Amino acid sequence: MASKTLYSQRDPMLKRDGFEDILEERRNSSDLKYALRCYAPVLYKGVTPCKANMLKNIVLQSDQLHYVINQVSQESGEAPDIIQEEASVILEEMAHRLQISTVRFFAFALSKAFKTLFQHVCVNEEGIQRLQQAIQEHPVVLLPSHRSYMDFLLMSYILYTYDLALPVIAAGMDFMGMKFVGEMLRMSGAFFIRRSFGGDKLYWAVFSEYVKTMLRNGFAPIEFFLEGTRSRTCKSLTPKLGLLNIVIEPFFKGEVFDVNLVPVSISYERILEESLYARELLGVPKPKESTSGLLKARRILSEDYGSIHVYFGQPVSVRSLAQGKVNRSTYNLFPRHIPRKPMEETQSFVNDTAYRIVRLQEDNMVLKPWVLMASLLLQNLEGLELSVLTEQTVWLRGLALSYAAFLDWPDHAPTAKVVSSSLALHRGLACVSGGRVSLVVGEPLGPVTPEEALFNRAVSVLSCASYRNQVLHVFLRPAMLAVAMHTAASSKKSEWPGLYNCFSFLWDMFSNDFILCPGDIVQDFEEACYLLVKTGAVQMPQQDIVMTDIGQPTLSFFNGLLEPFLQGYQVVCRYLCEEASEGLTEKQYIPAVRSFAVKLILAGNLRCYEVLSSDMQKNALAALLRMDAVRKVKVADQVTLIVNKMAVNSIDDILGGKLPTQKALLARL
Amino acid sequence: MLTSDSCLSLHKHGSSMASDSNSSESQRIAQQRLRIIAGHLQKHKDDDSGTIATECKAEANKGTVPRKRQEIMKWNGWGYSDSKFLFNKKGQAEFTGKRYRLSGMVLPSLQDWFENTFGASVNHKSPATPALNASAVPPASLNEAFVEDLKATGIPFSHEAEDRVFRAHGHCLHEIFALREGKKFERVPDMVVWPNCHNDVVKIVELACKHNVCLIPYGGGTSVTSALECPPEETRCIVSLDTSQMNRILWIDEKNLVAHVEAGIIGQDLERLLNESGYCTGHEPDSMEFSSLGGWVATRASGMKKNVYGNIEDLVIHIKVVTPRGVIEKSCQGPRMSTGPDIHHFILGSEGTLGVVTEVTMKIRPIPEYQKYGSVVFPNFEAGVACLREVAKQRCAPASIRLMDNEQFQFGHALKPQVSSIFTNFVEGLKKFYITKFKGFDPHQLVVATLLFEGDRERVLQHEKQVYDIAATFGGLAAGEDNGQRGYILTFVIAYLRDLGMDYYVVAESFETSVPWDRVLDLCRNVKERINRECKERGVQFQPLTSCRVTQTYDAGACVYFYFAFNYRGLADPVHTYERVEHAAREEILANGGSLSHHHGVGKLRKEWMKESISSLGVGMLQSVKDYVDPDNIFGNRNLL
Repeated sequence: MASKTLYSQRDPMLKRDGFEDILEERRNSSDLKYALRCYAPVLYKGVTPCKANMLKNIVLQSDQLHYVINQVSQESGEAPDIIQEEASVILEEMAHRLQISTVRFFAFALSKAFKTLFQHVCVNEEGIQRLQQAIQEHPVVLLPSHRSYMDFLLMSYILYTYDLALPVIAAGMDFMGMKFVGEMLRMSGAFFIRRSFGGDKLYWAVFSEYVKTMLRNGFAPIEFFLEGTRSRTCKSLTPKLGLLNIVIEPFFKGEVFDVNLVPVSISYERILEESLYARELLGVPKPKESTSGLLKARRILSEDYGSIHVYFGQPVSVRSLAQGKVNRSTYNLFPRHIPRKPMEETQSFVNDTAYRIVRLQEDNMVLKPWVLMASLLLQNLEGLELSVLTEQTVWLRGLALSYAAFLDWPDHAPTAKVVSSSLALHRGLACVSGGRVSLVVGEPLGPVTPEEALFNRAVSVLSCASYRNQVLHVFLRPAMLAVAMHTAASSKKSEWPGLYNCFSFLWDMFSNDFILCPGDIVQDFEEACYLLVKTGAVQMPQQDIVMTDIGQPTLSFFNGLLEPFLQGYQVVCRYLCEEASEGLTEKQYIPAVRSFAVKLILAGNLRCYEVLSSDMQKNALAALLRMDAVRKVKVADQVTLIVNKMAVNSIDDILGGKLPTQKALLARL
Repeated sequence: MLTSDSCLSLHKHGSSMASDSNSSESQRIAQQRLRIIAGHLQKHKDDDSGTIATECKAEANKGTVPRKRQEIMKWNGWGYSDSKFLFNKKGQAEFTGKRYRLSGMVLPSLQDWFENTFGASVNHKSPATPALNASAVPPASLNEAFVEDLKATGIPFSHEAEDRVFRAHGHCLHEIFALREGKKFERVPDMVVWPNCHNDVVKIVELACKHNVCLIPYGGGTSVTSALECPPEETRCIVSLDTSQMNRILWIDEKNLVAHVEAGIIGQDLERLLNESGYCTGHEPDSMEFSSLGGWVATRASGMKKNVYGNIEDLVIHIKVVTPRGVIEKSCQGPRMSTGPDIHHFILGSEGTLGVVTEVTMKIRPIPEYQKYGSVVFPNFEAGVACLREVAKQRCAPASIRLMDNEQFQFGHALKPQVSSIFTNFVEGLKKFYITKFKGFDPHQLVVATLLFEGDRERVLQHEKQVYDIAATFGGLAAGEDNGQRGYILTFVIAYLRDLGMDYYVVAESFETSVPWDRVLDLCRNVKERINRECKERGVQFQPLTSCRVTQTYDAGACVYFYFAFNYRGLADPVHTYERVEHAAREEILANGGSLSHHHGVGKLRKEWMKESISSLGVGMLQSVKDYVDPDNIFGNRNLL
């Protein structure tokens, strides 16, 4: 594949690298030879590789762990050697056993699989070079986006291909359920952590010391997913901080000179789990990971999943990030081996860093034309003329490019061809009949109930939404401003302080659904204004933000883009005000909202299918909790939701544009 | 040895600064009485009476340092004028003069080391200005009334340019660099006075207060903290008070093992004179050839043998200081007191901001019967630090134990003089083979610890065994006495090497810190890395040399000493670059749990971090002492605060 360079126009300094297709070579030379070739990666400052067993010993003998073992022993009355034994069992269960033979096996098997599944696997080689440099100089933490099970196999595969040190990967314990595969993954560098171990001091100590030891000794790059889990919606998830805290701490304590964080954006043209995710969001529980389940999934091998783009971002130096933000000498007066809750200054730094990394991941996500088409189709659920769709896609492409989207639009191909090949690849989601493009609704097998029909439709809407979601980070800020303009006044003119209030309300409301860095609200507002002005959609004479004559299509597209979220949140609010019973438990919440929404749709009072997504329901609840409109109360073993109906009602009104922000905010107080 | 004189300065309890005519009369009577006592003492000298007294003034100055320091010392570099490194016509390095063990010797491997380490070349010279350009020195702005009154006292003074410039600087890189370049001086002292004894200092301080003159005490001039620099904003007449002529041991008390000494005495004279009576102080800072007792007190100095003898604060029993408010003294020589915060600790480390230390009573010890050097080679720095930590834990540190990193080890090798006999060469070769090939030590990783044991012979040998046994458990191999001894000899010549570097576009400096044991390795690694990074970022074209050694061990931590040097060819302002890098290195030290200084002090170089180091409340406490003792800022060198 010819290397392509895609430029960002938002920031002229932000030049993105070109890509190379690593499958091309695989198609032309022996996979076996490739799997058996000499593999001699450069290591951190030339350290001699340390055996997995030695690593375990270092961890078990560390002062850090000893301290906690003694502490636990004193608290529980158990003898220290019994606790020590426990620690060693935990470590055994957790630790990876990286073996080059297993890696070679994967290199061979994945080559075969990738060639069947994908057209291209593209990697920015300049990023690889930067990574190679970074690995030699500092401990490196790889932070890939997480959309698919493929992610970490793919990462290791790429690093093997480029002769880079293989990462050790933090994986969820659920993989361990797959007996054989679990062990295989372990031997390819995965280490397993329990999903929750909140109060377990010993577990936490073993785990954090294990990770830190690997980091300090430069054993291997450490890889984990900031998002914590695979995003079922293709929107980035708000970052989890636990592991990030662990890998950053050695820098604050002076145990390493610096830590480099490398954001990696993995973009799939089609995600293997696409319809699986939609079902999961609709409440069909996800199949438990099992080896036989994976084998059944072989069926997917016969399909075409387009290309993958993997972009290794610029390594981010924790040292430079922390400059002037965290005073490391505050760590001077406390023994370093005693675990301690991070200071406020540190916590907010880590939180901030996590958000910035996720945004960097977003920035370098490669978008395919289909993503734009999906965004348009979702605003026209009844279907669109193919010619109109083509025309609007071209328009949207221009808009996306001027907002610095990383768009992979084929060079020199006529637009019609681009559109039709996208439709062909995604024929499971959209079809053309009689010159009209519309969403495919899963074919009913025999007679169906109205609920089943609705469910089928929802699957295609949510699948389609997972593509639209990929472009949201590009449009989010101007779109929120567009909504604010729409909500604030039906007139063409509005003063910006009012708009800002409305914008910040939306910003706050949606901060679980989208990646909005804490504290960046003003900056985001300015960016929104700047982008809308830049594309000529609005003008800003002094205190006003005014829509221009040519601004209509942009602003209404943006309104349409966020419409499902506004509606979805409103449905949640309405449910809580109208239907929710006293003593609604947290567990009941999701099914209850779902059946409320189903009722509304069946009655023809609602056309928004996305509210059926448990993701949106959870985010809406989180927002309401954050805004104190809903409270959680723990009664016995149940968590009950207490609804402040007045507050929820006024939030509903603002979202519906019935109430100005200022008033609503007062009402909340 | 005793002569009668009017200025006998046996010390005098409760003497106050305000010496009106009455008190000088009583002083005269007291002194007369003391003379009689002294006469008795002399008579009983051979009995078991333990006091030997000396007195002031008329006696010819027996110290090493003349008033005109420039007569024997370099005006723009380190040490004696006759001793310097140079590359001879064959390109071989040699050390001139006759004063040191290394003097007159050829150092065959230095050139290679020098060129390879710095990317420098003996063909690229950056020579210094040969002589002081008097026109670069601002004219003296004298306070005439003060000069008149001073003349009346008969205390010698000078306002010659050379004398003034010599006392306008210490040995910071920027100071020496400026001298070599012949840069114009912004501010130098307007005159220099040479008091001869405590009473002279009392008179000078009185006059300075009377005429509002700024006084800057000057001892050995070895400061590396910009402490001697004149504040450019100072508009008053600045008088440099040079204590070098107050260099007598006034008495020795063998019963209590203390000596009463004038504070201007320099280290080598103090040791030499005490040695004549069979004693030593054991206080041996690396600068002891030139630094003075008063300077040690004023900066909280540390000597290399502190493990046996203690640091300066452990050594002093009594301090006499002349301040604008009067003389500070204690009423007795009790070895320890619980009388509120120790007032000595206001003086120790005051860096010339409160007054002039004139006389010190300090502990002495009989000269040790036996001394033995030693050295241990470790496979790497980590092992070496672990060993030192263990030695400290077992509290069995020899008089001195120092661990040099690999860079310094290699540097040490480059300084080996030409070996005279083939046999020694052969032995050296065998040793090297054994360590690197047989023991599998990587010559680019191995480090060496140098040791110095003192005491009676039997105990030294016992002690030695104990330390070597500990070292062995950390993979350490005994590497002979010679290596150890050489390490300590180098201590004194290393300062001369910076001048050689500066002749060839290489600037160098050292700085130090103290740090808890568990952070030693992290701090060393991070500071070196920071220096390398900063150099790169600031456009230094050549890989810098960063090296460190652990020079002191304590129960709870260690003192770490860094050397840092780079080839500055291609840099517009090497000194500025150097300063920025050192600044960054200091920030790194503080961020890694190191202190602002272990023994160099703060001066003006590190003032900016004082608040961070001791809290603003702490700074306030010090400030209030300054405000009380010296309300008119007579001692206006503006160090510390």
